[in-house]
Amino acid sequence: MRYVLALFAALLFSASAFAVQPGEVLKDPALEKRAREISAGLRCLVCQNQSIDDSDAQLAKDLRLLVRERLVAGDTNDQVESFLVQRYGEFVLLKPTFGAHTLLLWLTPALVLILGGLGAYAAMRRRPQPAAAALDEEERKALDALLSQDKSAS
Amino acid sequence: MLVEAGHFALALALGLSLIQFLVPLWGARANDPVLMAVAPTSALAVFACIAFSFLALTFAYLSSDFSVLNVVQNSHSAKPLIYKISGVWGNHEGSMLLWVLILALFGAVVAISRNSIPMRLQANTLAVQAAVTIAFLLFILTTSNPFTRVVPAALEGQDLNPLLQDPGLAIHPPLLYIGYVGFSISFAFACAALIDGRIDAVWARIVRPWTLGAWAFLTLGIAMGSYWAYYELGWGGWWFWDPVENASLMPWLAGTALMHSTVVMEKRDALKVWTILLAILTFSLSLLGTFLVRSGVLTSVHSFAVDPERGTFILGILILFIGGSLALFAWRAPMLKQGGLFAPVSREGALVVNNLFLATACATVFIGTLYPLALEVLTGEKISVGAPFFNFTFLPLIVPLLLLLPLGQTLAWKRGNFLGTAQRLYAVFGLSILATIVMFAFTYGGPVAAPLGIGLGLYLVLGSLNEIVTRSWSKGTPLAVALRKARGLPRSAWGTSIAHAGVGLTVIGIAATAWGVEAIGSLKVGERLKGGDYEVRLERVIPRVEANYREEAAVLTVFSSGREIGTLESMKRLYVTRGMPTTEAGILTVGLGQVYASIGDAQPDGSIGIRLYHKPLVLLIWIGSLVMAIGGGISLTDRRLRIGAPVPAKAMPPHAVPAE
Repeated sequence: MRYVLALFAALLFSASAFAVQPGEVLKDPALEKRAREISAGLRCLVCQNQSIDDSDAQLAKDLRLLVRERLVAGDTNDQVESFLVQRYGEFVLLKPTFGAHTLLLWLTPALVLILGGLGAYAAMRRRPQPAAAALDEEERKALDALLSQDKSAS
Repeated sequence: MLVEAGHFALALALGLSLIQFLVPLWGARANDPVLMAVAPTSALAVFACIAFSFLALTFAYLSSDFSVLNVVQNSHSAKPLIYKISGVWGNHEGSMLLWVLILALFGAVVAISRNSIPMRLQANTLAVQAAVTIAFLLFILTTSNPFTRVVPAALEGQDLNPLLQDPGLAIHPPLLYIGYVGFSISFAFACAALIDGRIDAVWARIVRPWTLGAWAFLTLGIAMGSYWAYYELGWGGWWFWDPVENASLMPWLAGTALMHSTVVMEKRDALKVWTILLAILTFSLSLLGTFLVRSGVLTSVHSFAVDPERGTFILGILILFIGGSLALFAWRAPMLKQGGLFAPVSREGALVVNNLFLATACATVFIGTLYPLALEVLTGEKISVGAPFFNFTFLPLIVPLLLLLPLGQTLAWKRGNFLGTAQRLYAVFGLSILATIVMFAFTYGGPVAAPLGIGLGLYLVLGSLNEIVTRSWSKGTPLAVALRKARGLPRSAWGTSIAHAGVGLTVIGIAATAWGVEAIGSLKVGERLKGGDYEVRLERVIPRVEANYREEAAVLTVFSSGREIGTLESMKRLYVTRGMPTTEAGILTVGLGQVYASIGDAQPDGSIGIRLYHKPLVLLIWIGSLVMAIGGGISLTDRRLRIGAPVPAKAMPPHAVPAE
């Protein structure tokens, strides 16, 4: 009954941010710590990029309880995660797995750094000649005018 | 009537912007000073019109004119005055109006600095700026008109989103927009340089104050938003890698890179093409940020606009300006002359490394934010990219950058000596490593990240201090002379050191969060909850009724190791008009740390859920950001930048003197 009431209250105030409710916390602190760690990496599927640890939506609460249930049943962290991925798809992971579909995502930082570094190095090596800046048309005209002045004066 | 006048002024501003766009551009091509001189005049007129329009809307809010749809949807007669004012931009239409107002304001400032900017550059710049103004005015007038009337007029308004009824969020959008839009000036100058096909150190000197100012405001805006999320959303986090936050972080990272590369360009006439590209990218990312938030492409806690028609329009603007400016870049950049040689180990080289890491960090945030969208559009596959991904990829990019920062700051221009530079920093290295070891020993068994991170932050602070000390003091110098020398250092040197020290403070604040303690429990009146060294006792729960909300406030007494040190109040509010609940965390500041409590739901047995945190040194995160912005501001007052400052009208010579 207590649980049902808590659920009801959570539904009523679903926009108030409170996340983990006192009633959800596991007795075993080591297990609870693992539960929090796993929760921080799981997405609340109905929220915008929020982890279930931070979200107060009903679904997040269900998932938090599910995670704790699996942990109490003796699952390892990886087993809990793969259980949730099987159920909800990869969408549930806030850190996507490395694979063909996320190749570009994971490799971009390294690629940009390496290619950018090579580019900068190449640009520095090229050492452009410190060519005296050529005159543009206006400047040439002005110079010609000055020179012809000089000529006419002499 | 005033409302219609405001609407009309906006349409007039559109017409004037067209003039500001076409005539000066033609004038610059035809080399006609009379046509070019149209630019500043029309820019001032555009600003006057938009300012009038903005004031008209503000007046409608202040007088609770419920015949205006926008006011009905976002205001309430019982709302406090400050939120009647901030309500003007606390909604989609009004915030876009604020956007163009700031855009026009900056255009007007460029217009009155005609003394210090070459006429042709000014004409081209204002023309490019007008193009941006035209696009956004068209957007407002066709899809987001804030002046729409409603017949019959409503009796009462629907109130402003309660999350936005907060002093922090009242000033967050203006700060952020000044930052975003400030980069439009760097962008306009970059396009103008490309159109003209010429760029030099003078260009960098003119553009630098704009970049600095925009950067300082963006820093403040982001910090403000972060602090707001920390105390309002109630779960104690300060950065969530939410797409909307990322949208403001990307221009900040690019803008930070731009700020540093313009230094190289100004001092050494190098990195020209790259600086131009960065100026274009930075503003493009500002536009992208506006698009992400305004189009509803990402629905999240921050967004309050979901409308596909608007989304398509902004996407069009985005493609036009980013595509257009990049095409212009590809066409004209090869014609720009490169200059300024330097050895890899030099201040310039260090700044190239700075730009490389910042650009990579920016690309990482970019791909992480947009990849899920792109993947879903292309393959239909849905993935999430959240905090764990960003922490994993972003931190390895930022830490090396921060490690190199004091070294780079100390290196000489043109050709530096790495070993000699490291020697100048030996005291800094020694002290930071010593402090790290001591902290590690005292907190043995605790998180390793905290002492390491704090050591890094300390290294940055000491490195900045070292820069000032070594530039004004050497062995045997009397203190008085050293102090005078330090005072005589250029403001930009002080600004740089202060801003870098601010980075260090923020790093310390972030690292110390690893020492935070959290406790969750449900308390009845008189019961206690312990979290680390701190303990709270629930004294009473007070129901209150205010003008536009009701709340329940839990009063908690805070104890530190058994001794009473103060009380805090944590609230749960229900905004009546919208039926929307919010939380207000109760915070007690102890030194630089905070004891933070948020209350949750009443439990069936009459107790109340409480989440208690102790967050040591957490204030440093925002104090550091503030110090960074102050550093930017001090740099801005540097003598050589004052050339770019506006000149009073009477000091201006007649402007129709044919240039060139």
